Parts: sequence; structure tokens; C-alpha cells
Amino acid sequence: MQRYSGFGLVKHALSHHENWQRQWRNPTPRKEYDVIIIGGGGHGLATAYYLAKEHGITNVAVIEKGWLGGGNTARNTTIVRSNYLWDESAALYEHSMKLWEGLSQDLNYNVMFSQRGVLNLGHTLQDMRDIQRRVNANRLNGIDSEALDAQQVQEIVPILDCSKRARYPVMGASWQPRAGVARHDAVAWGFARGADARGVDILQQTEVTGFKILDGRVVGVHTNRGDIGAKTVGCVAAGNSGVLARMAGFRLPLESHPLQALVSEPLKPVLDTVVMSNHVHGYISQSDKGDLVIGAGIDGYLGYGQRGSYSTVEHTLQAIVEMFPIFSRVRMNRQWGGIVDTCPDACPILSATPVKGLFFNCGWGTGGFKATPGSGHVFAATLAKGQAHPLAAPFSIDRFHTGALVDEHGAAGVAH
Amino acid sequence: MFHIYCPYCEEHREEEEFHPKGQAHIARPAEPEACSDEEWGDYLFFRDNPRGIHHELWVHAIGCRKFFNITRHTASYEILETYKMGEQPTITAESLAREEKAGHVQVAEGGQQTVGASDAALASVKGAQG
Repeated sequence: MQRYSGFGLVKHALSHHENWQRQWRNPTPRKEYDVIIIGGGGHGLATAYYLAKEHGITNVAVIEKGWLGGGNTARNTTIVRSNYLWDESAALYEHSMKLWEGLSQDLNYNVMFSQRGVLNLGHTLQDMRDIQRRVNANRLNGIDSEALDAQQVQEIVPILDCSKRARYPVMGASWQPRAGVARHDAVAWGFARGADARGVDILQQTEVTGFKILDGRVVGVHTNRGDIGAKTVGCVAAGNSGVLARMAGFRLPLESHPLQALVSEPLKPVLDTVVMSNHVHGYISQSDKGDLVIGAGIDGYLGYGQRGSYSTVEHTLQAIVEMFPIFSRVRMNRQWGGIVDTCPDACPILSATPVKGLFFNCGWGTGGFKATPGSGHVFAATLAKGQAHPLAAPFSIDRFHTGALVDEHGAAGVAH
Repeated sequence: MFHIYCPYCEEHREEEEFHPKGQAHIARPAEPEACSDEEWGDYLFFRDNPRGIHHELWVHAIGCRKFFNITRHTASYEILETYKMGEQPTITAESLAREEKAGHVQVAEGGQQTVGASDAALASVKGAQG
């Protein structure tokens, strides 16, 4: 792998930047791999990277039906935070946050991780009580978190309408200074390049059409490029997880919904942090390019179409304008949808399945991007050892039968 | 944006008047106390979530406030029929597969119960069944 550095940039400038090495190969599938990972998004590529790096398992293929990071990795609003309420989820997301903090150096790839802080606004007394509770829970778990009053919020975001005139006046917020945003494509590309350099085959335009299962154990997959054998298979397919589970002969407690996001025309720097509101229901940040990155809730119906209804976009922008009257005449540039796999308790599934050797990493719902490195890290350990990593153990699929749910719905400042 | 035919109001109305309420035809176990953990968990949490034909419950929230059912394709989003509570769908994944085998797909039968299905949408419905 060609390492990137300031010196390299100068060196390549002398040859007009025409001799940069390709970041990953485009290999022909082998007959068999030790591990096959289905899904070439951030989580799948991170899993492959950590399998190779931490566990020395390099006979690995990542199978992607489209192109790298073309699903939810490219469609989210890039927010990274770890201020979750319950111990189990806080541990998982904080593990991820710690990996984010060294990720650019680890990958030798600038993922543009910017710890600009995230505010979760409170607009009612109950919001403020929930915020206080969550901030205290975060601090007990060693996560940086503060409860702010309206005046402190106004100092951080001068353009936010914190006046009493607002329909839902801002009463305060929780504030995680270490939270922020990252460049979503760079995350997928960085993990892909790192995995490829360690020998992982990344097979794009390869769609899994079925599983080869022998005596209750997975032995490979059928694809549009022929059958490929595998000792272990990990599915990291987000919205399409349910479809894959059906192919393997079981159901998952997931529902796939469209989640829409949009960006505005580029503006001069005006918002240097991330603002989320559960109550008026929208979240916003400004990218380095200058466009406002905006999102809100899912469309309520099942959908695999990577698009949603106009009314959802309208509600989202109503919320943004309610919070930021200054944006009322900003024009929106692009709008899109991704398919999120939502779980009844709003927590992921990192689990073995009824089929031996087949593991699923799914159910991240509306908030998977922030977990990308952590999810890959613990799922790689789970695949390598054949049993759940301690941080993944509470997220077994069994919890929907034992009742030991990790109920993060609404409790985490998750805007949905 | 959906244009949904409410079988009670007998009119097509805008999507914003309605709320989706998830999978339809889920039977509550007759004796919950007698259920195993697996049966009860399956009933509470596990859904079909198909990429294809889906029967789902909607409520006409800002209209007659009645619940009814929609048969819809989850990739093309085409609404194939709407029908009242207690009724069974006339279009299912199986019935479409049978008709496709027989060589004649006729989804838009029944006139007013169906939002006009275009040829392209029908083709995508057929394709997804394959």
C-alpha cells in the first residue's frame, strides 16, 4: 500500500498527480474464503479491515451488490456521538468513539473526523428531565456530557432561535463536546484501502442470491458471479438484512424504512456544531463544503425504494426553520433516501443465527454511521472467535425472546 | 407521495391524511399465557418485512379515523388494492406468481379499489416476483 503523507503529495505533484496507485484491486472471486462478508458499506469494510488487522484473517471477501459505500454509508448525515443512555449501548458507541479518535492515523486516510460537538435540544420540562438523567448516566459511564441551559446553548449557537417567541422555546440541551461529524465516503474508502492492502478481496457488482447450507451450517453463498465457498459468513447489509435472512430461512425482528436527508446550496460558515432536536424533530450541521446537511425521521411505511414521501421532507424543513429562522430562504440542493433496518428496541443486532457459521450485524436503524469502526471491530472479533465479543453480547437476537431488550427508543436523544 | 383510496370514505385522499401502522393480519395468540417465550417474542417483535408484496395496516387519521388494509409493493411502492378490516386480500405474492405463470397479470382489476397501476409498475412487480 502506498502510504499517504505531505512528502508524498509534493513528490506526486512533480509528476502532475498522474501516478497515484489505485486504492484497492478489483479481483476475480476465489473458489473459497475463510470468511465472507456480505455488504460493502462502512460496517462491512470495517469488519474486513479489523479481521485482517487484529485477527490475522486475510482470506476474506467483501461481497457488494452495487459499489463500495453506495448505500447508507453515502446517505447518512455523518453525525458521530456516544451519549447513549443504557450501559450496554453507551459502551458500544463509546468504544466506537475511541476508535474514531485515532481512525485517520490508523487508516493513513483522512476521514475528516471533526469533533465539533453535538447539542441535543430540550423544549419541554420532560425533555430537560430526560436530558439530566442521560447526562448523569453518560458521566457515570465516563462519557463527556453536559447539561446546558438556554443561555449557554445560545452562546454556542448564536443563530439558533432561543427566544421565548418560538413555538417550542429552547429550554436547554445536552452537549457532548467530543461528538461531531466525519466524511462518510472517506470512511468507506479508508477501510476498503486498508483491508485490500492486507489481502482482503473486495468484490463489487456481486450480488448474493442465496446461501449454501449443509446440515444447518453455512458453507458458502450463491452469487450472480457463481458459487463461493466460505467457512464463516457475516451479513452486514443494513436495509436488506431481512431479505438475506429470508434466503437463509429465518426472520429477523427488523423493519426496513426509507430515511430521507437533504443538503442545501453551499453557504459561508454559519454553523460550527451539530444541532439535534427530538421535539421539533430535525437535525442539522454544516459540511466543510458549506452546505447544510439536514435530516429527521423515517417514513413510517416499509420501503426498499431508497426514496420517501415529500411530506416527510416538508416536516423536516418546518422543524429546521422553526429552530433557525435565518435559514428560511436557503434553497435545498439535493434530497435522497436510504433504507434503514429499524429494530423494536432501537438497538442493533450483533449475533449468531439459527444457521451455524452465519452471523448478522444489522438493525442499526437510523444511527449506524457513528458506530462504523466500533461495529466492525466487535463484529470482526465475533466472526474470528465464533462467539460474541463482550460488547456485542447484549445485542444477541435472543433478547427478543428472553425480553432483555436494550430500550434506547427516545432515551438517547435519537431523533426518531 | 401516495394517493390512497379509503375503502370506508370511498374516495382517493392525500397520503398526509393517513398513518401507516405496520404489518396487517397478525393474529394475537388466543391464549397468551400458554405461549412459549419464542411464540410470544415472535408475535411481539418479528415481522415479514418483505421486498415485494406487503399487506399492511393504515389508519385514515385525519379522515374517518378507521383502520383498513393496503396491499402494496415495497420496492415500487405501487398500491395494488385497499380493503376493509376483516377482509382478506385478493392480490398476494402467491396469486401474482400464479398469474405470471399463466401468462396474464391483471393487477388493476376491481377499478376503484386500485390506484392506477402503470405498465412499468406492473413490470416491476412481476420482476420482483421472479
